[in-house]
Amino acid sequence: MSDVITQYGFLLLILACVFGFFMAWGVGANDVANAMGTSVGAKAITIKQAIIIAMIFEFTGAWLAGGEVTSTIRSGIIDAEAAGFDEQPELLVFGMLSSLLAAGIWLLVASKFGWPVSTTHSIIGAIVGFAVVGISVDAVMWGQVGSIVASWVISPVFSGTIAFVLFMTVQKLVLSTDDPFANAKKYVPYYIFLVGFIIGMVTLVKGLSHVGLEITFMQSLLVSLLIGAVAMAVGIAMLKRIHNVPEDNLDERFKSVERVFGVLMIFTACSMAFAHGSNDVANAIGPLAAVNSVIASGGVFDTQSALPMWILLLGGGGIVAGLAMWGHRVIATIGRNITELTPSRGFAAELAAATTVVIASGTGIPVSTTHTLVGAVLGVGLARGIGALNLSMVGKIFVSWVVTLPIGAFLSIIFFTIFTGIFG
Amino acid sequence: MANPIGALFGRSPIKPIEEHMKIAQGSVGKLGEFFQACLANDWDKANEIRDLIVVAEAESDAIKRDIRCHLPRSIFLPFARSDLLELLRIQDRMANTSKDIADLVIMRKLQIPEPLVQPFMDYFHANLETSIQAKKAINELDELLITGFRGKEVELVDSLVSQLDDMEEQCAEREFALNKLLFEHEKSLPAVEVMFLYKIISKVGNIMTTSHRVGGHLLLLMAHY
Repeated sequence: MSDVITQYGFLLLILACVFGFFMAWGVGANDVANAMGTSVGAKAITIKQAIIIAMIFEFTGAWLAGGEVTSTIRSGIIDAEAAGFDEQPELLVFGMLSSLLAAGIWLLVASKFGWPVSTTHSIIGAIVGFAVVGISVDAVMWGQVGSIVASWVISPVFSGTIAFVLFMTVQKLVLSTDDPFANAKKYVPYYIFLVGFIIGMVTLVKGLSHVGLEITFMQSLLVSLLIGAVAMAVGIAMLKRIHNVPEDNLDERFKSVERVFGVLMIFTACSMAFAHGSNDVANAIGPLAAVNSVIASGGVFDTQSALPMWILLLGGGGIVAGLAMWGHRVIATIGRNITELTPSRGFAAELAAATTVVIASGTGIPVSTTHTLVGAVLGVGLARGIGALNLSMVGKIFVSWVVTLPIGAFLSIIFFTIFTGIFG
Repeated sequence: MANPIGALFGRSPIKPIEEHMKIAQGSVGKLGEFFQACLANDWDKANEIRDLIVVAEAESDAIKRDIRCHLPRSIFLPFARSDLLELLRIQDRMANTSKDIADLVIMRKLQIPEPLVQPFMDYFHANLETSIQAKKAINELDELLITGFRGKEVELVDSLVSQLDDMEEQCAEREFALNKLLFEHEKSLPAVEVMFLYKIISKVGNIMTTSHRVGGHLLLLMAHY
């Protein structure tokens, strides 16, 4: 039993809760906007609707499907045994607190300068940083870290490919036909079904054990089919109110068609918020979960212990709080910038990104939702679906990605030194 | 936090290029009224219309410059950037052509001899029609984008352009006939006047040539990727 833990355990846990909550708050205030901005930009939903959708689905995503990635950040990056946490569990506590602080401060600085920095990259960089310098190079599970970094390249490419294919099917089935409106009404319900089914399937197969639900694959399949069917039914009811308005089509012939896709985009917006919540909540509460498991067990770092529900709820709550306070402004800014995206392509981008992120969440891989969405939008662009894309953004993202890792690491090393100085 | 998603979307050149075409073609449209005024010897009115054409030409230049400025190499378009810039250049020539014609006519207070008036006006209208058809085809660009340059919409544009090709051919026939008619009358007209009549016929013919090239380039834009 470590003295530091017994003496300051409660204080440290409170600190971790505060830092974690603020991190989640930051995710809610900033990152959610990237996930929801496309729907608002495509004018499928209003900002107010976007906030409500995001509050509900970010929270459920974090709560129902956020467990796997949280576990990865909590115990999948640092090898507890090699790091010697058995003897000095307080090092893990200090390290995780430092990582939260480092990532949070770096994100603040980056947003001040307008750099497209990923929360996920910041936190991973910070954790790896304190582990390498504060403990030892061997303390890091490099294989895991390697696959996480690889996923940062793979996830945008993967979602780009799905978006490309999805948009091609829309072209084939709807847009390039004789009667796009009738075909839109015919096929959009199936896409809605797909949204419900995919999100349900990935979540159920991988995620729900921590909520206390043990379900078989067959059960998951059936429930997912049911979710898809319910979504489809709701969608069909909503589509009943969409009519082909000939006056609308005088200038732009596809206006009515886009309104049909607008309904679909409400569903993909929900899936996007769910996916985002399921992956990005971990950036805030993964370190908190690690701190908690050390302190709760009185200094024993048990990687197997279950993730307490209150931590996921705290993360979800933080996201919702940030969203409520700041989301409005940021979403409005993004929505204004996206004038070229129409629902028929916005949905393809969102569904592709949401699918990719949810799969990553189910597998426990922390990815950047924003980068995945960027990949998806580029996929639609490659299918000749978007008027103009600013490719210099891709370069900027790449640079910020490369810079974020060492800076996150550097900052967390500084905080780690300070913490060990104060408490050690 | 920077908004990579917001910053990812550039300004699409499609609406501006349609707008550019509208203005460039509009200047051709003004020539109809212009010739009417000239034929009626109403040179005040002709001058007024010429001023309008000059304004339209300047406006089309401004849009051209604006589109070019917003198309850095880092912008990813659903077609080759060079094709778009070339299309823009061709469209812009339509406005220049109108201004050239107006200038030449005003400068020389050009008179069209009576037997040539109707054939000339018919010839001009045939040219005008090609420019209207070209504008119609360019107006499909946003629909082409919506459909991802595939399927029915491509067929539609294909047929618009092949109609344009036919119109241009007929127009060229008219040019030939008009030149022949002028040749038959040229002995009875002042030589310098004749020279300029040939020139104005040829300049009006630039309208159909330019329209034709707009159509051809639009096809290239659609196919090229």
